[in-house]
Amino acid sequence: MNTVHMKINGKPVEIEAGSNILAAAKKANVNIPTLCYHPDLPAWAACGLCVVKQENSPKLLRACAAPVQENLSIITHDAELYQIRKTVIEMILSTHPNDCLMCARNGTCELQRFAAEFGVREQPYEVRLVDLPKDTSTTSIVLDPSKCIKCGRCVQVCQDMQGVFALEFIGRGDHTVVSPAADLPLNDSPCIKCGQCSAHCPVGAIYEKDEIGDFVRAVSNPELHVVTQIAPAVRVALGESFNLPAGTITTGKIYSALRRLGVAKVFDTNFSADLTIMEEGSELVKRLTTGKGAIPQITSCCPAWTDYMEKYYPDMIPNFSTAKSPMMMQGAITKTYYAEKANVDPATIYSVAIMPCTAKKYEIGRDDNMHASGFKDVDLVLTTREFARLIKASGIDFLTLEDEKADSPIGEYAGAGTIFGNTGGVMEAALRTAYNLMTGEDLKNVEIDAVRGMEGVRTGEVDIKGTTLKVAVAHGMANVSTLLEEVREAKANGDEPPYHFIEVMACRGGCVSGGGQPYATTDEVRAQRIAGLYTDDEQSEVRCSHQNPEIKQIYADYLGAPLSEKSHHLLHTTYTERPLYKH
Amino acid sequence: MAKMTLQELRKLRDTKKSEIQKRVVDDKDTQIIVGMGTCGIAAGAKEVLDAFLKELDEHNLNSVVVTQTGCMGLCYVEPTVEVISPGMPSVIYGKVDVEVAKTIVKEHIMGNKLVTDHVFDRPSADILKDGGK
Amino acid sequence: MSYRNYILVCGGTACESSKATEIYEALVNEIKHQNLTEEVQVIKTGCFGFCEQGPIVKILPEDSFYVQVTPADAKELVEEHIVKGREVKRLLYNKDKSKKHAKVEDIEFYQKQFRIVLRNCGFIDPENIDEYIAREGYAALEKVLFEMTPDQVIDELRTAGLRGRGGAGFPTWMKWNFTKQANGECKYVVCNADEGDPGAYMDRSTLEGDPHSVLEAMTIAGRTVGANQGFIYIRAEYPLAIHRLEIAMAQAREYGLLGKNILNSGFDFDIEIRLGAGAFVCGEETALLASIEGKRGMPVPRPPFPAVKGLWGMPTVINNVETWANIPVIMLKGGDWFSQIGTADSHGTKVFALTGKIRNSGLVEVPMGTTLREIIYDIGGGIANDRKFKAVQTGGPSGGVITADYLDTPIDFASLTKLGSMMGSGGMIVMDEDDCIVDVAKFYLNFSVEESCGKCSPCRIGGRTLANLLEKITKGNGELKDIEQMKEIGSAMKKASLCALGQTAPNPILSTLNYFEDEYMAHIVDKKCPAGKCKSLITYNILEDKCIGCTACARKCPVGAISGERRSVHVIDQAACIKCGACFDTCKFGAIEVR
Repeated sequence: MNTVHMKINGKPVEIEAGSNILAAAKKANVNIPTLCYHPDLPAWAACGLCVVKQENSPKLLRACAAPVQENLSIITHDAELYQIRKTVIEMILSTHPNDCLMCARNGTCELQRFAAEFGVREQPYEVRLVDLPKDTSTTSIVLDPSKCIKCGRCVQVCQDMQGVFALEFIGRGDHTVVSPAADLPLNDSPCIKCGQCSAHCPVGAIYEKDEIGDFVRAVSNPELHVVTQIAPAVRVALGESFNLPAGTITTGKIYSALRRLGVAKVFDTNFSADLTIMEEGSELVKRLTTGKGAIPQITSCCPAWTDYMEKYYPDMIPNFSTAKSPMMMQGAITKTYYAEKANVDPATIYSVAIMPCTAKKYEIGRDDNMHASGFKDVDLVLTTREFARLIKASGIDFLTLEDEKADSPIGEYAGAGTIFGNTGGVMEAALRTAYNLMTGEDLKNVEIDAVRGMEGVRTGEVDIKGTTLKVAVAHGMANVSTLLEEVREAKANGDEPPYHFIEVMACRGGCVSGGGQPYATTDEVRAQRIAGLYTDDEQSEVRCSHQNPEIKQIYADYLGAPLSEKSHHLLHTTYTERPLYKH
Repeated sequence: MAKMTLQELRKLRDTKKSEIQKRVVDDKDTQIIVGMGTCGIAAGAKEVLDAFLKELDEHNLNSVVVTQTGCMGLCYVEPTVEVISPGMPSVIYGKVDVEVAKTIVKEHIMGNKLVTDHVFDRPSADILKDGGK
Repeated sequence: MSYRNYILVCGGTACESSKATEIYEALVNEIKHQNLTEEVQVIKTGCFGFCEQGPIVKILPEDSFYVQVTPADAKELVEEHIVKGREVKRLLYNKDKSKKHAKVEDIEFYQKQFRIVLRNCGFIDPENIDEYIAREGYAALEKVLFEMTPDQVIDELRTAGLRGRGGAGFPTWMKWNFTKQANGECKYVVCNADEGDPGAYMDRSTLEGDPHSVLEAMTIAGRTVGANQGFIYIRAEYPLAIHRLEIAMAQAREYGLLGKNILNSGFDFDIEIRLGAGAFVCGEETALLASIEGKRGMPVPRPPFPAVKGLWGMPTVINNVETWANIPVIMLKGGDWFSQIGTADSHGTKVFALTGKIRNSGLVEVPMGTTLREIIYDIGGGIANDRKFKAVQTGGPSGGVITADYLDTPIDFASLTKLGSMMGSGGMIVMDEDDCIVDVAKFYLNFSVEESCGKCSPCRIGGRTLANLLEKITKGNGELKDIEQMKEIGSAMKKASLCALGQTAPNPILSTLNYFEDEYMAHIVDKKCPAGKCKSLITYNILEDKCIGCTACARKCPVGAISGERRSVHVIDQAACIKCGACFDTCKFGAIEVR
């Protein structure tokens, strides 16, 4: 590591070469304000707040973009910089509505924070607001151009991190707006509803579609039997909304809170994650051993990813696992298997999923396969952020809740199911069971380090008693193309496929940093949440999906075997090519 | 011409230089050079060029060549035309329209007289006149 | 039979008003008197500039330049110069030899201009490579390919002290050296031909008049820094320049002066044209590179500088057209020669597009250190229509105004910046007393606002707020606090904008506020526009004692706001008046006043 020695406000700082001045300032216990910089993204240098002075230079530097240099001496705060920053904030406020009380980001807005810190008490400049309607075309997120401060985070996220290119700057100068090309509604654009834009937006210009009202109406409707599931990643992130450190496992409190919210049954998506492994793992083994079906098999749990694939890589459809996502499997068995077991009329079941993801709101209405039970398999998706608000608004003192347990028969999970929430987790879980399916034995060490980590693309080989399984993991949608191009090339050249099994998650780090998770997600936070899930796995008595007693039970009592006809009907789906733009 | 060697380029330069110095190009000893930058063209240089060609043709003046060049910098008097003819100082005419072009042919080319009211000054000396050394 | 002498009498308006006709007649009479009508032609010419020194007489072929000639001098001029062949020394233009830029011996000439960049413009046929070659074309490339090492080229540039002509004036040798030393799989050379300042057309004219000089220079740079590919980024609104570049490139390729193994040197270099859609911000080098890459033209922060990390992340030399056009001459004549032209701070020449209320508008190239007065009065012939000089705007929308008090400032990078303006790319717009300074600031600011890319908030928001404040002031709704706000926003924009467009956009306001605060005050406090430009602040009135009731104004008025009986005083209905000024222009009796 190359170290650079520099000064921040006269204080010596040692920092890794290649870092920016923001990071150097942090090392000197100094925060420099910024509205456009986000550690996930390359510096875009749009907002103009992070300007700092370099000693003996008349030009100001942008702390977000300027790299550290040996002997650099930086002034981060003085009277002039304070005045410039305040003027810039006031200018931004002059084009931003001041209806903070009714804003989705009230209390979490970064602009609001700076306005407060800089003590803005009046609007000195001419007010010019953007008078454009909200884009509510998708089921997942809302775009409010009037709130947009053009920081560019969403555009960078959409293009650089996710490779989707749904959002772009349109127009120039003060006519600039962020929107899909040709002013199309977001739903007619290549948008995959991953919601990363909403997770990165500093203000209330892009936010998850709030459906808390539907939940409240459902639980207060005596005719309805409300059943819930929570996704793996929710349990290690929700705590942040209650000031717990990232990665704190709050599963028991979540179950407890749900019951207090008035739901009839509390199940867990992790159960269906195990179910997914049974189906998807069997599917993989079948493809490998019978030679039927395309290799590599690619995971399909992530609805943003399936949407992306259908738009950008439709030639990969045969490679997709036909297994539904855990959420949709849980929905289908809730209104069939559970309804039968509990003798509840499935028509009265209202199935709610608490998810880290905005695309899940889209997934429940993807196509007819999402009505496998004969009803809408999942009726409502609430994101982690909505769920946190719901708990608070319902007066539940989350932190003091006793831990409770999930309900049977679809609430129990193996450690494999819980690591579905992070990158590499589906792969690891699948390998644990695939090993068993292929060899009849269980792995001695279930922790497969080859597929763990945060690199955007990871590849490895796993030895299954002499059979080498070539696997690859990608997360952050833009990273998937390198893998898929490799596959395409091999296919075009008639070569052996470069991989047997590929796991893809649209969001960097996996579902733990999904578009619906609490704000201020950085790689540090991702690592903590991931560590939380691995801890949950370690603490689980049962580590492999096929060992989950409730899984064994559902196959014995209801489904028969993986890939059975019933399984196919309820737990598998199909994919179709979709155009990038709907006209 | 095929791709050149260094020697060929130098030889070509010498030939062309002496042609320019003798002011005889392709056996023609009189040159009318029309300023054909965007500014000149916008002011009507194309029509002027056509007028010269037509007028020269009408008078069977076969020793005159009409060529184009870029902007001479005299935007306020476009179109501009330089006339180089034997025994006369080379001059730049400005505000040349079709009528002035005809006059230039009659008076300057055929009559060896400068045309009144239209002579303008070349804006600077030529730094390459001594061969750029 | 030709004449042996031609006596040219300047017939420009200024000389005309100072007895040029009488001088002409005196000369004609004197020639007749001496029986020289067969040998000497006396003619009247167009304006020669130097109007302050008029009337001017020039005698060919000696090129003798006589100034401040009077009719009484005719006899002496003919007797001495024509008959005896002796120049009349006392009337000859006397160049001030104390100026540093006069050091170069071969400009012992009366002209103020010195053409390096424009050396071939107006000389050669730009569509004929042979003419370029005949005028030492590609001789500099020869030298660089066969006689110089890349380090020697950079040393020569360093000696020359050439600074970028695109605006900021960064030393060219440093740019090249950074790129030369940078590591990269490949390197690029880029010509910025995205000229876009209002009133500036230096680069267009250079490319139209001498495209090969840029191609040669880029090839030299390629050789020096180790690049094999060049791009010329030119706005699509320059079709003729593009056409001539294409012809020039094809001819150069045919001759082997572009392409593989140039002149058997083993060096490969070729150039492609990229068309810009005319966004002003694409003249900013990082936005330009983004645009070449096919992205939206938005600046990105520097460092890293393009010289190290440019096009597609590779080291890239990017210079503007004028800078490029200097290079072959520097290689040919040497850095020493070049460094003697200009001032200590800025070497060489600068091309300006001289426009506005100037008599002789045009492209001028002068040595650095030439004063504004020389450019405006000697070359430009002074202010048109005998109006009074008010200010000159240099640096286009990024620059500021310079007032009469500073006309004798020698122009270079430092001096213009010190005056609150800047060199910029070379637009020079002259304003007279009829120009309202607030209106001028509004014009430039609106340009910058429309051309802002919208990326950074200080420029995007600040620019529009400033423009609206100016609009408010010219509409007569200005308040004193607006001045403070303009200064506050202006200084935040200067400091916190990402690129030069935003950083310099407030300059027209800040500099006019600095020099003409009283004019702002007149708009704000007195609700008057002293120049009579701002329609909301002026009224047209009919003077009772002058109006004869001819009805001409009433007939001209497009909105019927003027009423009155024939032969009686007319009246303007102020509520209906749209202040078009038609009545003012129509009245032959000076009976309409503007207040």
